[in-house]
Amino acid sequence: MKKHVPLALFVVIVMGLPVLLKNPYYIGALVFVGIYSLITISLSLVLGYAGQISLGHAAFYGIGAYTSGLLTTRWHVSPWFALACSMVITGILAYAIGKPVLKLRGHYLAMATLGLGEIVYIFFNSAVDLTAGPSGFGQIPRLAIGGLVFKDDIRFYYLVWFTVAVLLALVLNIINSRIGRALRSIHGSETAANAMGVNTASYKIQIFVFSAVISAVAGGYYAHFVTFISPTTFDANTSILLVTMVIVGGMSNVWGAVLGAALLGTLPEYLRRFGDYDILVYGAIMMVIMMFAPGGLVSLAGLVKQKFVGNLSREPAA
Amino acid sequence: MHSFSITLQYIFTGIAVGSIYAMVALGFNIIYNCTGIINFAQGEFVMLGGMFMITLTTTWKLPSLVAFPIAVALVVLVGVGFERIAIHPLKSPSVLVLIMITIAGSILIKGVAMFAWGKEPCYLPHFSSETPINFLGATILPQNLWILGCLAAVVIVLAWFFNRTLVGKAMRACAHNRDAARLVGINVKQMVTLSFALSAAIGAVAGIVITPIILMDYQRGAMLALKGFGAAILGGLGSGPGAVVAGLLIGVLESLGAGYISSHYKDAIALVVLLGVLFIRPAGLLGSAEIQRLKKF
Repeated sequence: MKKHVPLALFVVIVMGLPVLLKNPYYIGALVFVGIYSLITISLSLVLGYAGQISLGHAAFYGIGAYTSGLLTTRWHVSPWFALACSMVITGILAYAIGKPVLKLRGHYLAMATLGLGEIVYIFFNSAVDLTAGPSGFGQIPRLAIGGLVFKDDIRFYYLVWFTVAVLLALVLNIINSRIGRALRSIHGSETAANAMGVNTASYKIQIFVFSAVISAVAGGYYAHFVTFISPTTFDANTSILLVTMVIVGGMSNVWGAVLGAALLGTLPEYLRRFGDYDILVYGAIMMVIMMFAPGGLVSLAGLVKQKFVGNLSREPAA
Repeated sequence: MHSFSITLQYIFTGIAVGSIYAMVALGFNIIYNCTGIINFAQGEFVMLGGMFMITLTTTWKLPSLVAFPIAVALVVLVGVGFERIAIHPLKSPSVLVLIMITIAGSILIKGVAMFAWGKEPCYLPHFSSETPINFLGATILPQNLWILGCLAAVVIVLAWFFNRTLVGKAMRACAHNRDAARLVGINVKQMVTLSFALSAAIGAVAGIVITPIILMDYQRGAMLALKGFGAAILGGLGSGPGAVVAGLLIGVLESLGAGYISSHYKDAIALVVLLGVLFIRPAGLLGSAEIQRLKKF
């Protein structure tokens, strides 16, 4: 029962936040944090648990958004069905891409995923007949359940964060299962994991496809929430931003992924008065975290706690 | 124009751009050999080279011959500064940390460049006349010859440096085996800093010579770096001759592809080559599979 406490607490906070934050503007910002969280939670499985670097996740985010957006605007498919289609298509593509890519390691994997992301971005820009090119397209219909249309920020807020909560429950289960242990063993040493009988290639591709499919959901949500998409939302900078969110929060902890998405997702709001300087602040945060706390902010909390608890337990002995 | 001349024209253009990729690839290789790091900020060195040159020649009105070495020196300072501040203090960092730190470095450099030079592309006059030279029905811009000349100069200087000088040989020793190099009294940390300096210098040269043709803006570095990395991989990561051959090859392929297939997908060609090589033969054309395995990838 105890392990459900953090999740329950999370749900309470998420439910309560809109009551505290009366300003609809903040609700809108939190919708984006939710969308980012979906990706970062699933990306933390790839990055933090399986130890595989992906600098191309914006591609899956984009493929999800474009598939869902195009199906609903061009072929008038119902939004929910379009979202499901985008998950399937992204999943298949991720499998086809992941099969060769995940054989690579380290810098090679990073560059290959970066290159793949860039190719998808070039495709969004260049396949003008299909995607409307650099200017993007709008009038994407909104999601609805029966008569309930998710048209204002607050409704979409609950939809997104409900999905985040479901995903968290799912991911927390995965982590504590056989798959989670297998993934951690890959991170430790792929060779050793293989020797112990863990089918590392199969686990890596499963988790890669899973995170791509979740990213597609996030992309679909983005498309149906903003109702307009263009390629720049899904460029290499977004991929790097997503990885940074995971790392800043703490990559071997799913809560860190949410924390990172919340911090960096709302950063542009605090940095508004810096204007264009935000890119510098963002780069500096990334560098400082990487140099001094590569385990992310969650690890900082852990260090403090360890020190505190350590002191307590030492006192009686003294 | 005959189809032969057109093809020749594409090849000339490709060789010029390819020379730049080759120089970027050489920059990647030097740092990689010495440290095992892929420097994601390599493209920013190229961008900075062009930008410094523009400021020195247009704002400060320095003659090109004076501005060139100053611009290179300034980029070297940035490269060394970056290594000293962000990479030098780290104790046994993981690959992921190194990747993210060099990406963070590239974001910071890009951000500073955006403020220093604005978002608009900046213009640098050609080194000599802009009248194209006719050759078998195709034309060559004199600037393209400058680019080729700079690549040749860089290659000759590097070959001399690594084969004939004590410091160059020490750097090669580091590339072969860092621990053994340390045992014979080579200051490995110094060599790492030197590799960043050298790599920044080559990047700066590439940036300075290409700017008159492509113009330069603060974001230009990323794509050049990605393609340069493609060249480094195709040539075999760490191989000098491989980098040059592969850089030229990718440049020509890209130019032909843009001409005959689709100019929209021009940028994708180098990336497809990069992925193809990674999937089929990660050791590259001239690289040795044995060495790759030793480098623990």
